[in-house]
Amino acid sequence: MAEIDRDTLLDIYTRTMKVNRTDEKFRELLMGGKVAVMYYCVRGQELVSAAAMAALEKEDYVVCTYRGQGEQTAKGIPMEKWWGECLGKATGTCKGKGGTMHITDPETGIMVTTGVVGSGLPIANGLAMASQNNGDGRVTLVSFGDGAANIGGFHEAMNMAQLYKLPVIFLCQNNRYGEHTAYADHTDSPSIATRAAGYGMPGVTVDGNDVHQIYPAVKEAVDRARRGEGPTLVEAMCYRMMGHFFGADFSYMPPEHIAEMKAEDPLPKLRKVMLEHQFTEEELDTIVADIDAQINAAVERALAAPLPDTDEIYKDVLEETA
Amino acid sequence: MAQITMTQALNLAIDEAMADDPGVFCLGEDVSAKQGGGVFKVTAGLTEKYGEHRIRATPISETAIIGAAVGAALAGQRPIAEIMLMNFVGVCMDQIVNHAAKLRFMSGGQTPCPMVIRTTTGVGVGFGGQHSDMLEAWFAHVAGIHVVTPSNPADARGLMRASIDANDPVIFIENILCYGLKAEDPGPGYRVPLGKAAIAREGTDISIITYGRTVLDALAVADDLAKEGISVEVIDLRTIAPYDEATVLASVRKTGRALTLHEAVRPFGTGAELAANIQEKCWDSLKGPVRRIGGTFSAVPFASHLEQAWIPQKSDIVAQIKASVGKP
Repeated sequence: MAEIDRDTLLDIYTRTMKVNRTDEKFRELLMGGKVAVMYYCVRGQELVSAAAMAALEKEDYVVCTYRGQGEQTAKGIPMEKWWGECLGKATGTCKGKGGTMHITDPETGIMVTTGVVGSGLPIANGLAMASQNNGDGRVTLVSFGDGAANIGGFHEAMNMAQLYKLPVIFLCQNNRYGEHTAYADHTDSPSIATRAAGYGMPGVTVDGNDVHQIYPAVKEAVDRARRGEGPTLVEAMCYRMMGHFFGADFSYMPPEHIAEMKAEDPLPKLRKVMLEHQFTEEELDTIVADIDAQINAAVERALAAPLPDTDEIYKDVLEETA
Repeated sequence: MAQITMTQALNLAIDEAMADDPGVFCLGEDVSAKQGGGVFKVTAGLTEKYGEHRIRATPISETAIIGAAVGAALAGQRPIAEIMLMNFVGVCMDQIVNHAAKLRFMSGGQTPCPMVIRTTTGVGVGFGGQHSDMLEAWFAHVAGIHVVTPSNPADARGLMRASIDANDPVIFIENILCYGLKAEDPGPGYRVPLGKAAIAREGTDISIITYGRTVLDALAVADDLAKEGISVEVIDLRTIAPYDEATVLASVRKTGRALTLHEAVRPFGTGAELAANIQEKCWDSLKGPVRRIGGTFSAVPFASHLEQAWIPQKSDIVAQIKASVGKP
């Protein structure tokens, strides 16, 4: 088991809790009827996103999906801008024109959030190609689910990335469901990572609920990419503890699956690791309390923020309309 | 000035853009020196000058090609992606329509997507149903894209350079039958601004609004009809979308009659949009209905005589003009 130093653990814990508390807050707002927007819950997948973002540098690029809250907040989008966008406000990252499924924040490297399953992989290649062309030393990480592994763009992108040895990390968050369809009902091969071999690329499957597996795996992939050795497919096994989107029925999940994912919940596991590394309960609680205070303040400001002007529908279509 | 073909014109424009800006690069199937510089040789000689990183031969993976162009554009480069034949855009429409075209808007202006998608097509070379279609209307219907097509070598050079300069995606359509056209080279640095039509021939009785290869048909017909005393104005849109509305409307207000002409099939074609807009805005100037000519509403056939029958006929253009101006 690879050791992770205390500073890195603290960083991962902080990012994980930021993702988790943001998710909790969003569900609270939706449940209370304060907001009514599409939201794709990340409960159960917080650690995968947090550990992956902790393995990147600030200037590295990220491409994520509609279930991208984890990557977005863990990479560091300022909370007020993030909430502003999710609530469709003028103060949002995209002036309220992108929304929960299309968060973009180049300042923190969140270059594309796509609403189309599998479409991020080919775009990640292009970001990485630019870095390879201009030698800026950046790597690009693209996050997607197990469902995306069955779309053509996945295969085209994997082959091209390996062909050119692009500095890209393919992070498959295998949460065992593609929308409402269970893994076994959409894929017969035992893992996604084994597909990497078909492209001549390294592929690893790790437990995304275990910080000692997910962080070193992504870090090694990032280091390889930065050394110019090409892409890696990292498959992080995890659980989506809610439905496909907030409010969606997920009674199709069998009871044994629910029991399994509760037992594997990454949050108590991570807290246990933190305590084993001599962080105190009080320290950890303080971190969460600070995050909650930041989130609450950001939400209040976002709720009070102005709506975008209606003439925004004519702007940013082409440069001439910018 | 030297005479150049349209192929050379495109090559020169790409070459000088690559020389001026290290962020400009080409990618596509068979584009590098190893494969001869593209199936129509548009990128010939560029690998030798700029290396394989800037003339990237790709796998046959249209989604990966356009996705890579989108990503590189987001990172500030200016990719020129080649989709070998226009029908293959069907493979990568998601990347073009959902991503390239929309990322500027959906990001609130933060991530423009400056990229050129070069593509080739054309009826009359016996390529059959899946290698010949003109699909410009698909893209003209999507906000956030320029759709461009040259009808002559000088415009090819100038439009390509302007397309590479543009800070938004451009679909650049090259008609196979036009590659060999020769004309005077407009010289280095020449640009034809996007969104500006050309009055290819002035006239007073009717305006033909067209673009690409059918500009040649329109000009030929105009020559013939001049001998019969019918004065035809030919507007070459050059940029199909967003098009130069001012030039089109001014021409129709002058002549009082309009005929739209394109190789693409007629139903729901760009001619329909042009006709509707002309009728809304020039009603008082019109002496008759706007007429439309386009390809036959079927797949492009293989057999030569069928293919020739499929294409808009010069005799149809003549007949429509005569009917419009009321001369037998």
